[in-house]
Amino acid sequence: MRLPLADMYNTPDERNLLDTMKQGVIGKPLDRPEGPLKVSGTATYSAEWKIDGFVEGVLVLAGIPQGTVKTIHRDPVLAMPGVLAVLADEAMVRRSVQGTAGKAPVQDVHTVDYFAQPVALVVAETFEQARDAALALKVDYDDAQVPVAFDPESPDAEVEQPSDEEPVVGGDLDQAMREAAFSIDVEYHTPGHASAAMEPHATIAYWEDDHLILRGSYQMLAYNVKEIADCLSMPAKKVRIIAPYVGGGFGSKLGITHEAVAAAIAAKALDRPVRVVMTRQQVFQTVMRRSETRQRVRLATDAAGKIIGLGHEAHVSNLPGEDFAEPVTQATEFLYGGENRLLKVEVARICRMTAGSVRAPGEAVGMQVLEAAMDELAEAVGIDPVELRKRNLPGKVPVEGTPYSSRMLVEALEQGAAQFGWDKRKPAPCQTREGDWWIGMGVASAARVNMLTLAEARVTLKADGTALVESDQTDIGTGTYAILGQIAGEMLGLPISQVKVVLGDTSLPPGAGSGGSFGAISTGSAVMRACEAIREKLAKHMESDADELEIRDGMASFDGRERSLVELLDGKDIAEVGSIKPGKTLKDFSQASYGAFFAEVAVHAFTGEVRVRRMTGAFGFGRVLNAKTARSQCLGGMVWGIGSALTEELAFDTRDGHLVNHDLAEYHVPVHADVPALEVILLEERDAAASPLQAKGVGELGICGAAGAIANAVRNACGVRVRSFPLTLDKVLPHLPDPFASAA
Amino acid sequence: MRPFALDHAASTAEALQFLDDGATAIAGGTNLVDLMKLQIATPERLVSLRRSGLGDIAQDGEGLRIGALVTNADCAADMQVRENWPLLAKAILAGASPQLRNRATTGGNLCQRTRCGYFYDTSQACNKRDPGSGCAAREGFNRIHAVLGTSDACIATYPGDMAVAMLALEAVVLTQGPSGEREIPIAQFHLPPGDDPARDNVLEAGELITAVRLPAPTGGVQIYRKVRDRASYAFALVSVAVDLTMNEGRIARCALAFGSLGTVPWRDPAVEQVLIGEAPSSALFAKAAEVLLKDAQGFGANDFKIPLAARALAATLNDATRTGKA
Repeated sequence: MRLPLADMYNTPDERNLLDTMKQGVIGKPLDRPEGPLKVSGTATYSAEWKIDGFVEGVLVLAGIPQGTVKTIHRDPVLAMPGVLAVLADEAMVRRSVQGTAGKAPVQDVHTVDYFAQPVALVVAETFEQARDAALALKVDYDDAQVPVAFDPESPDAEVEQPSDEEPVVGGDLDQAMREAAFSIDVEYHTPGHASAAMEPHATIAYWEDDHLILRGSYQMLAYNVKEIADCLSMPAKKVRIIAPYVGGGFGSKLGITHEAVAAAIAAKALDRPVRVVMTRQQVFQTVMRRSETRQRVRLATDAAGKIIGLGHEAHVSNLPGEDFAEPVTQATEFLYGGENRLLKVEVARICRMTAGSVRAPGEAVGMQVLEAAMDELAEAVGIDPVELRKRNLPGKVPVEGTPYSSRMLVEALEQGAAQFGWDKRKPAPCQTREGDWWIGMGVASAARVNMLTLAEARVTLKADGTALVESDQTDIGTGTYAILGQIAGEMLGLPISQVKVVLGDTSLPPGAGSGGSFGAISTGSAVMRACEAIREKLAKHMESDADELEIRDGMASFDGRERSLVELLDGKDIAEVGSIKPGKTLKDFSQASYGAFFAEVAVHAFTGEVRVRRMTGAFGFGRVLNAKTARSQCLGGMVWGIGSALTEELAFDTRDGHLVNHDLAEYHVPVHADVPALEVILLEERDAAASPLQAKGVGELGICGAAGAIANAVRNACGVRVRSFPLTLDKVLPHLPDPFASAA
Repeated sequence: MRPFALDHAASTAEALQFLDDGATAIAGGTNLVDLMKLQIATPERLVSLRRSGLGDIAQDGEGLRIGALVTNADCAADMQVRENWPLLAKAILAGASPQLRNRATTGGNLCQRTRCGYFYDTSQACNKRDPGSGCAAREGFNRIHAVLGTSDACIATYPGDMAVAMLALEAVVLTQGPSGEREIPIAQFHLPPGDDPARDNVLEAGELITAVRLPAPTGGVQIYRKVRDRASYAFALVSVAVDLTMNEGRIARCALAFGSLGTVPWRDPAVEQVLIGEAPSSALFAKAAEVLLKDAQGFGANDFKIPLAARALAATLNDATRTGKA
């Protein structure tokens, strides 16, 4: 990636420019400009491009858990109808690359690292010919001689301290536990998760001379071109990726994976465009998983319920050699007080597909456990769970002493509680029964770290008075097209109909990409900076100070003078590239988005089935850029929270590490009937340390802790505390009270 | 998917001719097409039944004759079914999604294959898919598997809902084949795995389901209780179909069938005998569950199905007998 013009964000931008502008489009609940295309099926997704003469590739997966490829019996397959090639190139990738790596992952498919790893690509004239041939391809292997572990709890699994996850140690936790007036020491489990994006991974690759063009489904194009280029040992500037629409990523498309590299290699070998679309099963089996976790939480308080000791230790897994370890304790570091603390993550080396970022890595599973443990602590102390949380919000981050940039957790807890009707909750379990159902309520805090990352965008104010915003930033269904247009419209004083946004093409300036909830604030800040530069030029024409210049509906005014932009531009476009680069504000302040979840559940007194009846989330994440898309992000997060709480679980066979439930029929994401009315409260705040937009990330916030609120509501409903997610009925059933004895 | 030839039969007779020539019947294709994509089924010839004239629902004496090609959606929406055999409509609506029910048919649904993950994964041993290869599910991840009617060779369930209701309603499967017409009580239609799990049911080569006949309505209270991992679009962990009549505070008549509990839709007359003539009570329900589950065997991950079945039975009977009193 080109390094943008350095604009390091070292000092909070307190000018709060967006609030001084006059157009009034920022924050408004505007529709997505591309919405009509998407709902009418006319937005073109990766696999849908009609590229002349393209042929189809299908990946062949290993039928063994580990070993080396001895012989690939190509000839019988090459004799099959339509088959053009069987490729098992050393440059093809064994593993998915981690997000923001910007370089190749582990390559060479002659070695098998995990069950169902791709080992070859079969290319044919039609998809069905290619799939038939892929299934027919016989591969002989030498099995691995070294014993390998398939289960993170296996004694054969090597356990390491991850290189980039330093433990947080403060004071003496053991002593705090001994001296505590109240304490809990509990162990929780969370299962592996799949990203389960609706659009499967897909790439159409073709070469124009020595330039490679990929139409593919990826989240972070500026990094992805480097990853592809590194895989193929070619310069990144000769790779172009086009991805205007991406049908969900959830982490699985942060880095490039098997199909992209295989398609590029096949296109080169055959001198024809090649399309490789992974099947749903292949996406589940090979791309990326969230690690399962085992988490020990220790909480110690004084007599008043103030936390004096906090321990959060996690056991996660990944393939040998992978840097990524699910950062389970990420939000625990700054959320609650207690100077005596021990936070750490250890990683077991096991033979399953690569573990990496899936929907809010760290907080999604760390917060749900911490928040369930907080509920257990509230019970031990004997105070209301909302009150316990409010009592334990530190003034500065424990141990490291950093101040908070902004934190609306108290407001979220209070406003959420009022809206939800928390005062009607009965503290003791098993107090409300409606027919065969126990009813209960639970609460949890939400927290997700905020990140500003490197981004560039170009804004062109055209001579006709319209604006064009351009970046390789992706919109993965989140609303990026809408919000970037709103930022430019607000800054340049244009109605949204006069602003066009073009995204998802690496021939445009490199944006942040979509990941870690940072796309909006990072690329949005770059758009804002570009607009500021344009305003500087306009101000010169108006002989005004840029920040004093008022523009609305294409009319600029200063000091009583008013001129139209078209007039000021005088037939010439103004194009500016804006950039943002993370700087000192990230270190000087603890930055996170916050919120609170309130859930009401019903638990069937006979069968233990859990159904969420309603849920309220209140969230503070700085400026709301678009009230509609922000709300949608929160809703989506809460839906994933329901999945994480009740249904989602990757089921591995621990004999060979293969994934048993590798489709959407058996990997249960919530369906409509699982999702009740969800209520979202957006708390407006301004956070200058987070970004010049005064906005923080919201994409993943809605999931971070949501499952904890549901688990706590289950406890309140029927008295059963399940310390293993998801709360499927088999875990609830054995502990339920007699349904007849307790019938209302 | 392998290349295949597709013919459309214009009548039942023509369909039978195609079957006689070795074709595989396809109706809605909601299961078969998946199996073909994965090459678990590799038919070279298909005969579509969609134009073969088996799509009517008609009165049959006091009962009802549901053509094999009647879609699940149409069957569940039929006013006669809803009024007189509501159990069937409820069971159908508890399954799949509207899109699938619009496509899936009565005959096809009876023939749907198991959802065992090892059956669908061709890298794994499965006696149902590949006889003699072994059963990887037995000591694998078997959360959805059967606890009744299993064999050393196979522990997979018949996964559907419709057939469970039909079993409680004592439906009869009508077929035509090379050796003429047959009337097969649904209790005898599905085959437990034994040592030949590849065979799901008693249909002979070339034999075609033409209709399902429901006997006269019982007038009983009918409930289909499906317990599953999410509120919709999931196969049952356990389901209970009950058709029950109360008389003076006692259970006068009772038919009970269970889904996803056994390898086939499960009915045990001994369970019904425990209940008939008795006043409902939690103790009685527990006794019925004990009889139902006396031979139940779990395989680890599915052990919970045994207590779950007992509790689902109690909940359903509790509901049915209270409603029945009213």
